[in-house]
Amino acid sequence: MSASQAAKSLLALSQQEELEDLPKDYSLSTSEDEGDSDGERKHQKLLEAISSLDGKNRQKLTERSEASLKVSEFNVSSEGSGEKLVLSDLLEPIKTSSSVAAVKKQLNRVKSKKTVELPLHREEIERIHREVAFNKTSQVLSKWDPIVLKNRQAEQLVFPLSKPQSAFAPIEHMLSGWKARTPLEQEIFNLLHKNKQPVTDPLLTPVEKASLKAMSLEEAKMRRAELQRARALQSYYEARARREKKIKSKKYHKVLKKGKAKQALKEFEKLRKVNPAAALEELEKLEKARMMERMSLKHQNSGKWAKSKAIMAKYDLEARQAMQEQLARNKELTQKIQRASESEEEEGGAKEEGEPLVPDVVNEVQVKVNGPNPWMFRNHSSDAREAEVQEGPEEGAEPAGHEASESEEEGPGAEEDMLLKEFEERRSLRQKSGLNGPVGSPETKDSSSQEVLSELRALAQRLNKENRRSGRQEVSAARKGTVLQVQREEPAEEEEEPLLLQRPERAQTLDELEELGREGCLQNEELPRAAVEGQQLETNPNNHLGATPKEKKRKEQMIDLQNLLTTKSPSVKSLAVPTTVEELEDEEERDQRQMIKEAFAGDDVIRDFLKEKREAVEASKPKDVDLTLPGWGEWGGVGLKPSAKKRRRFLIKTPEGPPRKDKNLPNVIISEQRNIHAAAHQVRVLPYPFTHHQQFERTIQTPIGSTWNTQRAFQKLTMPKVVTKPGHIIKPIKAEDVGYRSSSRSDLSVVQRNPKRLSIRHKKQLKQNSVH
Amino acid sequence: MAPRGLRTWGGADWMRAGRLPGVFNPTVGQLRGVCTCVAVRVGLMETAPKPGSDVPPKKDRLQAKRKKPRRYWEEETAPTAAGASPGPPRKQKKNREARPQKPKNAPIQKKSRFPKKPQVPKKSQEWRSPGPQRSLSGAQDPFAGPAPVPVEVVRKFRRIDKSKKLPRSKSKAQSRLDAAEAEEEEISVKAARSELLLAEEPGFLEGEDGEDTARIRQADIAEAVDIASAAKHFDLNLRQFGPYRLNYSRTGRHLALGGRRGHVAALDWVTKKLMCEINVMEAVRDIRFLHSEALLAVAQNRWLHIYDNQGIELHCVRRCDRITRLEFLPFHFLLATASETGFLTYLDVSVGKIVAALNARAGRLDVMTQNPYNAIVHLGHSNGTVSLWSPAVKEPLAKILCHRGGVRAVAVDPTGTHMATSGLDHQLKIFDLRGTFQPLSARTLPQGAGHLAFSQRGLLAAGLGDVVNVWAGPGGAGAPCLERPYLTHRLTGHVHGLQFCPFEDVLGVGHSGGVTSMLAPGAAEPNFDGLESNPYRSRKQRQEWEVKALLEKVPAELICLDPRALAEVDVVSLEQEKKERIERLGYDPEAKAPFQPKPKQKGRSSTASLVKRKKKVMDEEHRDKVRQSLKQQQQQKQEKAKPTGARPSALDRFVR
Repeated sequence: MSASQAAKSLLALSQQEELEDLPKDYSLSTSEDEGDSDGERKHQKLLEAISSLDGKNRQKLTERSEASLKVSEFNVSSEGSGEKLVLSDLLEPIKTSSSVAAVKKQLNRVKSKKTVELPLHREEIERIHREVAFNKTSQVLSKWDPIVLKNRQAEQLVFPLSKPQSAFAPIEHMLSGWKARTPLEQEIFNLLHKNKQPVTDPLLTPVEKASLKAMSLEEAKMRRAELQRARALQSYYEARARREKKIKSKKYHKVLKKGKAKQALKEFEKLRKVNPAAALEELEKLEKARMMERMSLKHQNSGKWAKSKAIMAKYDLEARQAMQEQLARNKELTQKIQRASESEEEEGGAKEEGEPLVPDVVNEVQVKVNGPNPWMFRNHSSDAREAEVQEGPEEGAEPAGHEASESEEEGPGAEEDMLLKEFEERRSLRQKSGLNGPVGSPETKDSSSQEVLSELRALAQRLNKENRRSGRQEVSAARKGTVLQVQREEPAEEEEEPLLLQRPERAQTLDELEELGREGCLQNEELPRAAVEGQQLETNPNNHLGATPKEKKRKEQMIDLQNLLTTKSPSVKSLAVPTTVEELEDEEERDQRQMIKEAFAGDDVIRDFLKEKREAVEASKPKDVDLTLPGWGEWGGVGLKPSAKKRRRFLIKTPEGPPRKDKNLPNVIISEQRNIHAAAHQVRVLPYPFTHHQQFERTIQTPIGSTWNTQRAFQKLTMPKVVTKPGHIIKPIKAEDVGYRSSSRSDLSVVQRNPKRLSIRHKKQLKQNSVH
Repeated sequence: MAPRGLRTWGGADWMRAGRLPGVFNPTVGQLRGVCTCVAVRVGLMETAPKPGSDVPPKKDRLQAKRKKPRRYWEEETAPTAAGASPGPPRKQKKNREARPQKPKNAPIQKKSRFPKKPQVPKKSQEWRSPGPQRSLSGAQDPFAGPAPVPVEVVRKFRRIDKSKKLPRSKSKAQSRLDAAEAEEEEISVKAARSELLLAEEPGFLEGEDGEDTARIRQADIAEAVDIASAAKHFDLNLRQFGPYRLNYSRTGRHLALGGRRGHVAALDWVTKKLMCEINVMEAVRDIRFLHSEALLAVAQNRWLHIYDNQGIELHCVRRCDRITRLEFLPFHFLLATASETGFLTYLDVSVGKIVAALNARAGRLDVMTQNPYNAIVHLGHSNGTVSLWSPAVKEPLAKILCHRGGVRAVAVDPTGTHMATSGLDHQLKIFDLRGTFQPLSARTLPQGAGHLAFSQRGLLAAGLGDVVNVWAGPGGAGAPCLERPYLTHRLTGHVHGLQFCPFEDVLGVGHSGGVTSMLAPGAAEPNFDGLESNPYRSRKQRQEWEVKALLEKVPAELICLDPRALAEVDVVSLEQEKKERIERLGYDPEAKAPFQPKPKQKGRSSTASLVKRKKKVMDEEHRDKVRQSLKQQQQQKQEKAKPTGARPSALDRFVR
């Protein structure tokens, strides 16, 4: 392809040559030298054409070069220097002369002046104008927002708007035109004036005015000076405190603290002598400080400083000393300040018991009866009580035993006595062995003690059984016994038995309580009260009112229709028995027959009712839709049913509706049918701001008719939203009407009327806007 | 019983004495300890109508409520007393209505009762700013601000139950809710304030210590009370025309009698003035006043007839045949009739149309009563059930199995809280009607009660053969305590009709020997509403009232079990409409918008991070869902686990 093209071009070229040849030939004769150059070019072209024949279609651009650019007799070329020519260079003479200075100045001025910026597009300007105008207008209009809101929420609007009148003319004005005329009035006025009583209601009474006047200028000045001084002093003190607080020297602070402590001690001593009560309070404070110390880890060896010292202590005597000092301080701070009498008592007690180590905790609690932390106190006291309880049996095992034996005297005695004795012995043994420490932890590790314990357990169990039996007897004996008594008995029993056996014992008491409850119920039933419907109401007394769903559930199980109707209700003994009944009483036979009839009458009634209810429930249930087509996709015909799978697949189950209202009421059928006629009168669209129907319902709960309200309330409820005066023009609201100055409105109107002619201020703003 | 120093204080007594009720009270307290006290509402004849108004419950109104509605018209009386009433025309009308027509001395009494402008100080109190105000002399008001209102009284008038939690609302809705609540509070306070004007107190009967009030005979009571009240105890001996049914008009002023053997009479029983007396020459099953004493419906052997107070037959309603019982619903102008054929028919007496004829499908109907609270009709059936009916629904709204035998009598108390039934099984039961329909108490009576009636203040009367028993609630409130009767009385014949007279402490008993009017202290509401049911109204006033009542007639279809339901949103159609809207629009406009992460700066708003954030929220939602479903599953499991009592045996799998 390219070859053929090349051939074509060659052909064209040769033709051109031929065409060109004629004049050339002709000119050739005229100018020899030119023909020469022509020939050369042709040759060149030919060469090119040939070279392009070999497939490479390369066309070389002919280059033109002009020498005149570089060298010309008319032009000065700046090439080579590479510098810009500056106007001043030209103007500057070789030597500076003063006469040029003026020109230079002028030039400078010209230079400093900026060029005028290109004006913005018209659209852009308009946009900016609009923006500014919008901002301005919205700002002006936003002033009205609260008023609009208020008017929207107002209960009533009265048009035309009138200025709120000043509510009351001051009484002085009223009184000015009034004169006392009758003698009585005159007399009263005289009296009032004599006593300088205010006739009107002035701000200040004459007496007050007089006192105000009495304060002279000097006095006022003195007072002011006093105040000034006080203020100055306060500021000095504050400054000083601030300065002192800034001091970082530890030594200084240490000294300060020590000084303070000393001072405090001195004061305390003094206080103790003067005012012991206050001293006690102070002591309390100290106690509190000690507790704080105990709580904190401040002076124990856990701090950073202390740890470092501990490392150093081996080698450094000073460090060791510091540590000891700290420990001593800790001890000192945490040591309790004991009151003499109590400690003595305790010591005495300890000596008696022969127990050297009374736990701190117990002591502590006993001391601070009204300590600062009641929670702590209660815990400890309960501990203490436990301890006491545990100590109790040790001290008074024998009397307790006696008590027990006394209480169980009713039961057969001999065996029990034996048991008790054994028990006692064991106890004493245990006490001797000293296993039962004051803290009284029942788990001990000694094998011997374990042995003892196991024996004890067995024994106690036996005892327990006996106890239960006897307890029952007691209960049955004293049927009318109140709960209180029994509860009082329980602790006594508890005391006898060791701590280990609390579980079975508690069960026993529960049993007892249950029994007691039953008794109570019986008593209650005996009590005269409104005839209650059988057991159902008794067991579930509050089921007739709004019961919670859980209760309802329980009720569901409890209510039995049969029960409900067949329970015998207590009969009334009327004072005046109907005559017919009196007659009937004579004929017992008839009465009996009636009884039998009554007894059997109810059964079918109940059955019928239940059946009816079942039917009603069935009828109200949403029915499933069966879409099976017999014979579709399988064999059909007489006696052939569509398969279960198919039926299942084409059965559309309707969702179960809400539960029936009478679900838990066996004796009631409540119709689920909707009253459509009444529903037509109900609201069926939720009005705007409400999102849930309950919210809306709450706003329409109050009836507005005069039947249900007082006259005034009725008038208020039915007040029209807008009241207009007939024959009056309702003008648009003005700024003056709502207490604004009118300027804002005029401002707005200006902006609206000629937005193009803006004031200077606006222009400035515009500029700012455009810059940003 | 030895009534030593009996004292009566009706409204008239202290008014004549010109003292305030407060002055009297100490004497009362002293007397109570010493002797039997009888206080019967009496003396209405001598007194002017008392404007301290209490309405006989007007329950089946549109927005009826459980508490007794009251009407307050103290605002109206005052201007007349003051002599200047430049009020709206409506007000003036009311004034005219309330004014007593006859007695000359009435205005004087009124003046003595109401000091001039009684509510002027109140008004000023209401308008006054709460801060202490200084008077002209500079002295301070020691009782500044509005007078305090007792909280319990206010609570009685509250309508909004604030204990119910509402779903969270937007600020706009919340502000509306707050406004509504504030308004309700203000209104209830106003209502509580005007409670002060209910000056009358209910009567009572109190025995000496240990004495049973049921032992006090009617003769003793009549002897103890003043002459006017004693005159209210009387017997009409009408042995000739068989057992009587009776009915009091709504104002309590008129009495209609219907003897089995055709004797029909209407009389102003207070003055004993006979209005008409006819013999219809046919068995009379029941008799009832329509909305006023001018019209009388009589259920005769074949058809229902309507007479006016002259005894002229106005209508014979042949569509209601073989009627056994009649009941009139005053606010709907409906006459409900129960027939032998088993139909319950509602006749609108204002237009003369039958609104609904419902087939009860339970055989002969001869036990019927209405619930004054919601205008539901209760029918008693022979299979021991009581069914509740509304004309708008073709089937019973509820059916309650009450007795093993047939139901003999039913009565509902005016607040619509309790229903008393008695059956062939000789039992008298009291049911709670507030949703659960469960029996509260029951008693077996020696011979079952054939007739029951509740009084305005909740006394329950029962006719047992020829004896009438009246039970009262503890402290004169709540369900009647059936333990011991409050009153008993033996009549000369078997009881055939029972009704308490409204606004009078009187129980009317129709029996085979005639009619007896018993005194039952504490039965009636002491204060009446002069605009609603005024015993002293003139003919003109009655006509005026008739027009108003007709204007306020409640449509029959609004009768439903819970009358407050009308103030609720129809949730079913609301849901339906919502669904339709969603279908129409193709999306749920109220649905929560999908989470759109906010753009963030500094390169944290890259696509990856946006996606990550979106996913985070989605995951959180999903987790919530899963958690909820898990919870539900657990609950279901627990529910399932409960009923299984016995553990399934391992061998159960082999059981075929």
